[in-house]
Amino acid sequence: MAIKRRDFLKLTGLTLVGTAASAAVGDLLTRGEAKAEEEYAFSPKALKGKRWAMIIDVKKCKEGIEKGCGKKCIKACHYLHNVPSIPDKKKEIKWIWEDEFEHAFPEQTNEYLEEIFKDIPFLFLCNHCDNPPCVRVCPTKATFKNDEGIVMMDFHRCIGCRFCMAACPYGARSFNWVDPRPYIEKVNPEYPTRTKGVVEKCLFCYERLAQGKVPACVEACPEKALIFGDLADENSEVSKILKERVAIRRKAELGTNPSVFYLID
Amino acid sequence: MLEKALVGSKKYWFWVLFLLTIIFIGFVCYLYQFKIGLGITGMSRDVSWGFYIANFTFLVGVAAGAVMIVLPYYWHNHKVYGKITILGEFLAVAAVTMCILFVLVDLGQPMRVLNVIRFPTPNSIMFYDVIVLNVYLLLNLICGWTVLHAEYKGTKYPSWLKPIIYLAIVWAPSIHIVTAFLYQGLPGRHFWLTAVMAPRFLASAFSAGPALVIIAALLLKKVANFDPGEKAIDSLAKTVAYAFIANVLLFIFELFTAFYSGIHSHQASIKYLFVGLEGHAEWVPFMWAATILAIVGILLLVIPQTRKNETTLVIASIAVFISCWIDKGIGLITGGYTPTPFETITPYRPTLPEIGITLGVWATGFLIMTILYKIVLEVRASTELVVKYEGIVYKK
Repeated sequence: MAIKRRDFLKLTGLTLVGTAASAAVGDLLTRGEAKAEEEYAFSPKALKGKRWAMIIDVKKCKEGIEKGCGKKCIKACHYLHNVPSIPDKKKEIKWIWEDEFEHAFPEQTNEYLEEIFKDIPFLFLCNHCDNPPCVRVCPTKATFKNDEGIVMMDFHRCIGCRFCMAACPYGARSFNWVDPRPYIEKVNPEYPTRTKGVVEKCLFCYERLAQGKVPACVEACPEKALIFGDLADENSEVSKILKERVAIRRKAELGTNPSVFYLID
Repeated sequence: MLEKALVGSKKYWFWVLFLLTIIFIGFVCYLYQFKIGLGITGMSRDVSWGFYIANFTFLVGVAAGAVMIVLPYYWHNHKVYGKITILGEFLAVAAVTMCILFVLVDLGQPMRVLNVIRFPTPNSIMFYDVIVLNVYLLLNLICGWTVLHAEYKGTKYPSWLKPIIYLAIVWAPSIHIVTAFLYQGLPGRHFWLTAVMAPRFLASAFSAGPALVIIAALLLKKVANFDPGEKAIDSLAKTVAYAFIANVLLFIFELFTAFYSGIHSHQASIKYLFVGLEGHAEWVPFMWAATILAIVGILLLVIPQTRKNETTLVIASIAVFISCWIDKGIGLITGGYTPTPFETITPYRPTLPEIGITLGVWATGFLIMTILYKIVLEVRASTELVVKYEGIVYKK
């Protein structure tokens, strides 16, 4: 009887290990990707780029706020993407928001710069780094860099470990501490809502790019303070502006190579 | 051998019931967290890891600390550790189980945890951490159980176990180096961005782990007639002393780099923890408690008279254990997230349900330790001839 039980246990163990191993090998070989339908293709209108980037003209942003733009960029983004309004600031979710110079460039600040930039708003969002530490640490590739330079998220794969939030040097990521759905002011049925327990952030409106539109914040700004384009294209607006004007990036010394530039001249 | 944990004295069952009660409370708190989400904890957008990960980090060290007993015994024939290697291995099993549980209760989507295995990501240190922790659990279970079973049968352990024991010895420091690498490679967290994180982790592991074995062994001596041997305890105490001094020294070296260089980002977290920063001083009392406990622990351990006295040794071990727990647990985590990337401060404090779940996990670990240690005691008792005559214990 003892030997029979052992054999049974050995067989069960082998079956379990074999099943797990074959699943793992299968996933390894397919890299966890399912094959897309043959008819699936990008719309001919789609904007394509190799390194999407954004330039924020802070002085134009200030002009906009003084004229009463009502922070249309933030409102557009948060409405379009079903970003909830969580009352508890500690648990808030924000994809793009406004803050001060000394919080954007804390290692650069001095009393003179703080005075110059005293009333000038600085917009914060994911920098879509070219060397993103968040992508490097994600254990499931739930966050990954796509071939257009956008740091993407797969909300279905995210296990909510929040390692990416620890790794991001910019505090760009938010976590769904509770179910966000009751806190969405007006649901946009054309974009998915998220579940509790996953991380989220700005995704450079990849879904709008696929339809030939620029990101929602860029389109919403009445002063055109946000400029979006392909850094890998010499003739794009962003490349031209960066050749002529003084732009800085947040925490550039960390080697993340961010794609969001702030015009400060 | 598991059936040996099912017979015991009233004290034993009272202790088991006490642990089960705490586990039950923790479980109910977890159901609440599973329903509402991690929002029931004190964590925030700015401090996105907290008490769970703090305990996880500390316990990986405790698990690795078992190697301080196993290595000298198997590699250098340090025979005095003969009776307590099994205590170290089973402590590792309990500690690693707690680590895994702490990670699971911290996940936002725990049902998806197998995604880490389904989508292997070799550039992610967390991928490796999941592997090394689970394999370490398996290795210690196999080693401990097989050696104990051989003792139970009155024979030597089988030869196929030897390479597995050697693998477990090499694996032990690796689990803690990998865990340290989780922290020391993050470019935005200056408190963690130091090469000294891995050596500090190892030093505190090799003090806290053996300290807990000392406490457990002396407790078993008191309540269950288990004698680890005076030489073994003294050897362990010296290990704790040297390892803990190394840990404190490494911290002092950190202080030098931070304050002699004058670089604000190196100093800010240390200031927040020890003297407060910008009006926030939430963790200052805890860090100074850890400091005082460290001094008490070191003094009691280096003075031979207090090291050899069982009462003061237990006090020293408890002091070292708690000091490491504070410094490497919540001190490490809140220090890493404070100040935030915006140079602001968002305070963190665990909530009651969060503490409830934490206690539930600790109780689970202690229950595993209790069961495994009970089996060890019963096996030893059944193979030894012990007679208590006129208050004196005679052993064959």
